Amino acid sequence: MIRAAPGLVVALMALPVAAGLAGAVLPAFGYFPALGGAAFSLDPWRELLAWPGLGAAVRLSLFTGIGATVLSLAITLLIVAAWQGTRSFRVVTSLLAPLLSLPHAAAAFGLAFLIAPSGWVARALSPWATGWDRPPDLLIVHDQAGLALIAGLVMKEVPFLMLMTLAALGQTDSARRMAVARSLGYGRVIGWTKTVLPAIYTQLRLPVFAVLAFSMSVVDVALILGPTRPPTLAVQVLDWMTAPDLSLRFTASAGAVLQLLLVLGALAAWVLAERLIAARGRIWASQGARAPGWDRPLRALAALPTLAIGLGVGLGLAGLALWSVAGLWRFPDLLPQNFGLRVWTDQSQQLWRLGGTTATLAGLSAMIALALTIAALQAGATRAVGIIYLPLLVPQIAFLPGLSALGLWLGLDGTLGAVLLVHLVFVLPYVMLSLSDPWKAWDSRAGLVAATLGAAPWRVLLAVRLPMLTRALCIAFAVGFATSVAQYLPTLLIGAGRVGTVTTEAVALAASGNRRLIGVWAVVQMTLPLAVFALALALPALLARRRRGLRVT
Amino acid sequence: MRFLTCVAACALGGALPAVAQTPNPADWPAVLEQARGQTVYWHAWGGDPRINAFIAQVGEVLSERHDVTLEHVRLADTADAVTRVVSERAAGRDTGGAVDAIWINGANFASMKDQGLLFGPFAYDLPNWPLVDTDANPAVEIDFTLPVEGYGSPWAMFQMVFEYDSRAVPEPPRSLDALRAWIAENPGRFTYPQPPDFLGTSFLKQALYGVLDDPSVLLGPTDAVDYDTVTAPLWAFLDEITPNLWRSGRAYPANEPALGQLLADAEVDIGFSFNPGRASAAIADGELPDTIRTMVFDDGTLANSSYLSIPYNAANKAGALVLANLILDPQIQALAQDPAVLGFQTVLGMDRLAPEDRARFGALELGIATLAPDAMGTGLLEPHPSWMTRVAEDWTARYGTAE
Repeated sequence: MIRAAPGLVVALMALPVAAGLAGAVLPAFGYFPALGGAAFSLDPWRELLAWPGLGAAVRLSLFTGIGATVLSLAITLLIVAAWQGTRSFRVVTSLLAPLLSLPHAAAAFGLAFLIAPSGWVARALSPWATGWDRPPDLLIVHDQAGLALIAGLVMKEVPFLMLMTLAALGQTDSARRMAVARSLGYGRVIGWTKTVLPAIYTQLRLPVFAVLAFSMSVVDVALILGPTRPPTLAVQVLDWMTAPDLSLRFTASAGAVLQLLLVLGALAAWVLAERLIAARGRIWASQGARAPGWDRPLRALAALPTLAIGLGVGLGLAGLALWSVAGLWRFPDLLPQNFGLRVWTDQSQQLWRLGGTTATLAGLSAMIALALTIAALQAGATRAVGIIYLPLLVPQIAFLPGLSALGLWLGLDGTLGAVLLVHLVFVLPYVMLSLSDPWKAWDSRAGLVAATLGAAPWRVLLAVRLPMLTRALCIAFAVGFATSVAQYLPTLLIGAGRVGTVTTEAVALAASGNRRLIGVWAVVQMTLPLAVFALALALPALLARRRRGLRVT
Repeated sequence: MRFLTCVAACALGGALPAVAQTPNPADWPAVLEQARGQTVYWHAWGGDPRINAFIAQVGEVLSERHDVTLEHVRLADTADAVTRVVSERAAGRDTGGAVDAIWINGANFASMKDQGLLFGPFAYDLPNWPLVDTDANPAVEIDFTLPVEGYGSPWAMFQMVFEYDSRAVPEPPRSLDALRAWIAENPGRFTYPQPPDFLGTSFLKQALYGVLDDPSVLLGPTDAVDYDTVTAPLWAFLDEITPNLWRSGRAYPANEPALGQLLADAEVDIGFSFNPGRASAAIADGELPDTIRTMVFDDGTLANSSYLSIPYNAANKAGALVLANLILDPQIQALAQDPAVLGFQTVLGMDRLAPEDRARFGALELGIATLAPDAMGTGLLEPHPSWMTRVAEDWTARYGTAE
């Protein structure tokens, strides 16, 4: 059974991914019989190249994607290096769950309302400090360099990378490494960078790759915060894909393939940069500079983004929650003139119904993904299941129409089971991403001891390995749950509109720009995964209370 | 791929037996009989809570009167439903499709009708069709210059109205030239949704009506005229106003609701919408200040209709037909026209209604910001769809990708 698991995972993933890719690549070369494209041609590419915004859109996607990834990684590492083991660090980690469970779209809306010229910051300062009794005509949200978009992405990716770093730390002897480095006189930050970072970065690579691919091809955040003239390539592909003029589907597919190539190119460049930095870093590390004096300024520096992210998300969410109960709220009033629960009562029936469906889908898909991942990892598969990472690297908008065609062929679409399956395609990679590194880093000597004491392999798994990995298992489940809750396009396309979740509802309402409604659904969309994340962080601590040896830093 | 299609088609053929019995709209009792117990999936834009609440109310009546269940599939974009039907045809699912009814008009309708993706003609066979005032509103049978030919049933009419804050703009501009002058005097206080958004492109077409000496060319395809010469005054107009737009034209709101939010936040003083009753309804819900009023250009503003269409492969065509007939019912039409509910303009002719039905409309309040029907001025015909596509494309090349 367990031996068949890697094969099962590959089979389960290969078919959707292949159909999805065919659905992107074939129309990009002119083949889509239902739209009259019966022969292969390069016309879609000519159309794509003729689009005047292509150069700018490609530059934007690269700049915002790579910029957000570099910043997120740098901020995460700086925070961990400067603060690990302190009380402030424990406060920061306890805030991870709410940050992570907040859907990207909701976080972006919150940020937009904070920093817009008619937003909370401007309201707080007006008119007494600024003299504005009307919002100033400033381009902050949708700025042409994409800085607001980068900020929105960093806000969500830092918590994700931080969680991945914590999971990795638990499986490395970071405490001992730091003790040695400190006793040799290294400063906290420099010592961490030289001794702990090389050990955990290998475990962080895949999450970083996923962040890079996601940041370059994200659609919802880019719609809310990103530039519009032109937008990023992914947004433009979505525009073409959903345009009423059906012949634009071909251009859209060519754009999707280009997006895929861009992501692959950026990943290759990233790997190259890793090599260069590693080579330079080895020389730097062996020079032996201790630099303990840097700790204080670097700590202060790390506090800045931590505060900014905490406040950005916290106030943004508070703003949305306030909007959900707001009556009339004019500029420059800091608070609404009156309050009411009208929007909440209007939506309550929908909220319960869709909340139930969402939780069922998320719980089941995370559970199945976890079981499959454990089975596949136990069977020793690591390389063969690499194919499941493809769904994270191919832009969703490119490969979902192909996937939905597959659902139609099989007559499976529009059912809860089909939606569960397609959620699995996206949930499984994230679960495997969060579990495989801790799994590999598990100290196998514990298993060896158990085996010499006569335990069968399955008993080693159940009685030794899984309990030792409780924390990683809980986190992987929560990541899977949150991933499932956040799925929009897969639910919409495979569910054929017949399976609704809080997210399909929220994104449909997001089109309204109605801050009161967005507030209601953002709060609900966050509550579900938040509860699960809180459990995931609390449960291991609870279980490990009487097993001090199980505790991880 | 082709092999898979074959296999799936055979499987589907076996799995879906007699559900695909196509109803005959002319035999209405049989349609009602066949519809009983069906669930109709109506794909309609879901971005406005007022519209969603209205559709839910229609669903209640549909289930009470006809034992048909209505599920509102809330779309972020109508094109998503078009995509759905296209993928179904690609997969060979010519019966048992997921989309039973679509709220549609304009380029989406033209595209589906062109591709043969619509069921019909059915509209003329609906029992409530004789109530539709085709004499006073011949435009309900012509969608963006394309004859509808019964492939869609009109159920609401829309006309562009400008919404302005009477506190900031006591004397609103009532022509394109007046608007041009107002923008120059009030930099940063006007904008339009970024084309190819529907409302944004509609503003460009409205502007075309204002700058052309002979707007009748708009009713034919763009190929029929010297497009560059005809549109030159439009680009001159836009070049002139762009530096004085909101954010100096470096960014644009995404769509109608985003423009409405700018008006609510007082980031702009003049906005516009296709629903003449939207402002009143938004004021009633506390989303707009009660100083907002609406107005139209003296020379008229664009007008169009919304249709309900049924895809060729819909699984529950009979139920969809019953729905199409129900939303032409005087009771439902009066509900839609109620400014506290939607404020949509009815397609029914008052002289064709029974007295008690006429009274339903007479009892409606207009709403604080809504113009009386006789103050709505001329409804301008929507240009041929090719104008929408081409003008939006050119706009993108000129203003949408700059810098």
